[in-house]
Amino acid sequence: MTITTDRATEAVRTYASYAKPLWQRVILTREFAVIALLVAVFVYSTNEVQAFSGPLTIYYLLLDVVPILLIALPMTMIIITGEIDLSVASVVGLSAVLVGDLHQNGWSIPAAAVAAIVVGIVCGAFNGFLIAYVGLPSLAVTIGTLALYRGLAVGILGTTAVTDFPEKWTDLAKDKIGDSSYPVVIIPFIVLAIIFVILLHFTAFGRGVFDIGLNDEAAHFSGVNVARTKLILFVLAGAVSAFAGVYYALRFGSVRGDTATGMELKVIAAVLLGGVSIFGGRGALHGVIAGVLLIGVLSSALRLETVTDNVINIIIGSLLVISVMSTSFLSVVTRATTGIKKRGSKSPDERQQLASAHTEGKNE
Amino acid sequence: MNTSGPVALQLLQVRKSFGPVVALRSGSLTVNSGSIHALVGENGAGKSTLVKIIAGLYQRDAGEFLLHGESVDFSSTAASKDAGIAVIYQEPTLFPDLSVTENLFMGRQPLGAGRRIDRKAMHAEALSLFQRLGVNLDPRRLAEGLSIADQQIIEIAKAISLDASVLIMDEPTAALSGVEVDRLFAVARSLRDEGRALVFISHRFEEVFALCDMVTVMRDGEYISTDPIAETTSAQIVAKMVGREVGELFPKTPATIGEPVLQVSGLERGGVFHDVSFEVRSGEIVALAGLVGAGRSEIARAVFGVDPYDAGTVMIGGRKVPARNPRAAIRLGMGFVPEDRRQQGLVVDASVAHNVASVIRGKLATLGIVTRTAENKASGPWSARLEVKTNALSMNAATMSGGNQQKVVIAKWLATHPKLLIIDEPTRGIDVGTKAEVHRLISELAGQGMAILMISSELPEVLGMADRVLVVNEGRITADIDRADATPESVMTAATNAGATA
Repeated sequence: MTITTDRATEAVRTYASYAKPLWQRVILTREFAVIALLVAVFVYSTNEVQAFSGPLTIYYLLLDVVPILLIALPMTMIIITGEIDLSVASVVGLSAVLVGDLHQNGWSIPAAAVAAIVVGIVCGAFNGFLIAYVGLPSLAVTIGTLALYRGLAVGILGTTAVTDFPEKWTDLAKDKIGDSSYPVVIIPFIVLAIIFVILLHFTAFGRGVFDIGLNDEAAHFSGVNVARTKLILFVLAGAVSAFAGVYYALRFGSVRGDTATGMELKVIAAVLLGGVSIFGGRGALHGVIAGVLLIGVLSSALRLETVTDNVINIIIGSLLVISVMSTSFLSVVTRATTGIKKRGSKSPDERQQLASAHTEGKNE
Repeated sequence: MNTSGPVALQLLQVRKSFGPVVALRSGSLTVNSGSIHALVGENGAGKSTLVKIIAGLYQRDAGEFLLHGESVDFSSTAASKDAGIAVIYQEPTLFPDLSVTENLFMGRQPLGAGRRIDRKAMHAEALSLFQRLGVNLDPRRLAEGLSIADQQIIEIAKAISLDASVLIMDEPTAALSGVEVDRLFAVARSLRDEGRALVFISHRFEEVFALCDMVTVMRDGEYISTDPIAETTSAQIVAKMVGREVGELFPKTPATIGEPVLQVSGLERGGVFHDVSFEVRSGEIVALAGLVGAGRSEIARAVFGVDPYDAGTVMIGGRKVPARNPRAAIRLGMGFVPEDRRQQGLVVDASVAHNVASVIRGKLATLGIVTRTAENKASGPWSARLEVKTNALSMNAATMSGGNQQKVVIAKWLATHPKLLIIDEPTRGIDVGTKAEVHRLISELAGQGMAILMISSELPEVLGMADRVLVVNEGRITADIDRADATPESVMTAATNAGATA
């Protein structure tokens, strides 16, 4: 153990960066499995499902999944920290209602949209404050704010609907990029996706997000600001959900108090399908994006085959259960094949006993 | 001793090991009915292991265990309870939302007609139990909010209602006030006079001398001696507890001691530590010694900022460290290797590179972008300097041994180039070889001018490594002993406040 830089007497040890070759690290992952499944379903549908290959399919598919794609970005990060946000769909609803209501009261659409996003940020900050600084469980807090924000949305519009949006804006929401079959709205999604990928996978902040999910105490001891990180994530979720709400209002040209009800579960299902652990600490955005698209393509193809929505839900639900099960199944297989099964599961226990053997006089 | 009856509990040369580590080499204890027997020893002497074997929590590897003359083997705590053994821990675990009575009869409620719980009978028995113990407790109140002393009384009452013949109290007085201790002692004496056997574990010698009839000393997992209290003194007991040579196990390289790096003054946290002031100079190794639970780790955690404090200041190199802000402490040059490696020291489910780079990753960024390549590049040399044993930097820390994990934690802090390194239990749960490496490393770091604040429950480590020993006793620094004057006796005396009776 030389701490001095005394290279003459002792060879400095070097390490390989990775234990496995690159192809294994890329291909033998859950994210890759989801992407492969997406490609398979897409190719199959293009060839076998009538009308799937038409240009309008992709267009409508993207129009429909963009809100879920958008909200899945911050939701992924929140779930990786081990928390959850169930209030996102209510924020979508509240934001859509605000855009409609403010516009009815003479606001321009951009001004109303900015106001709605500010409200979304406030909603997210309220969640984040209660969870990160007051220390309440996110599940309970966001079940509460799910009802609260939805209640505000319904309260503002009552049983009425707003339908008179200016055509200029509703057309923009459905516009295509040039002559392609891609809607314009995927541009803000791509921009946000790049920002979130960098934030989660290529910054110190993102490393901290994973640390919090794996072991928040150790993260705290290493100087990660756990509370501030969580607050930022919930604020991001509020802002992005509100933006999705603005899009929702313009895309359908009609808003009511119950707009986007239940969307939070679709988002969470897609995030989990994309390989994010509900216990936190593991997951990647490329898997999540593939997960959202997989659900979108699957339901769109099945709908074209005139399968009813009930059956589609059953199929997607089963897929989710299988994918969650596959993680534990895979880890059993890996352990069995690499032969670390016994040691891996037993040693933490032994070490704890060792530790307690060294902690004489300290009582349980 | 005076009226003590037949032997109630006898353990002879009991041995217990966990893997390669022997926790109890040869534990022996003989307790008579109608007597109170003290069991004393340093942290790590094997007392708790012995108690856990008696309680049925652990099974012995070798040796004899006799209860009322018959050999017994307890496979569970339930079995030992059925045999009439009750263990009362320092902090009992009651169900806070249930009443005192319900806690007393948990799992063995008296049943009336139709197998309904007979609440009347339960209440009456609870009342008579408390009357017998001479304590004033309402059996109907909830356990929540009861003082630790009252919770212990409930545990004792439970033991009596089960007609336990052997009661073991593991440091019962650690969290009690003077009046509460007196009440506990009165109860203990009346139990002795009823002919029960009591084992009393305590670090406070004045209590041992006030209460007990016999005393057994343990050291390094071995039985040392048993004497009647009247025929021994606390000085003799301390000598037996520590009685070993602090050899040349700890190679301390001389370092030039420079300017103060850490200055702590008047640090205070209600009920945890009081008026803590000390400084650590560059090149100096200062040890915080004392018994487990004395408040050493709490002081260190407050200094680093992961725990709050009510009053006082912490300064690094003359600059004030804000309270409750580990990030600021790190920025000012503090590093902290915590006590609980797996829970606080590192993220075991992340890679070696991720862990080693976890504090410095902000500095590894170019334009805010941190890549795995940058992490690997930065963590490789640090892992190499500490000779971390791993195939690749991408390996999970969870698969590594305790010693290797500790090296990863130390590497992660050395990478920040700290001015002050706080190390809480540097070698806990680490094999002997790695232990020596860690000691040499700490010594070298001090030699290069780093200030080291070390917390250790192992006396030889403290005496072998430290330039100065600060002894913490019940949240206060009771002694500041120079390396030259530090002996096992002087440290243990300050740690147990035995000065009064010695």
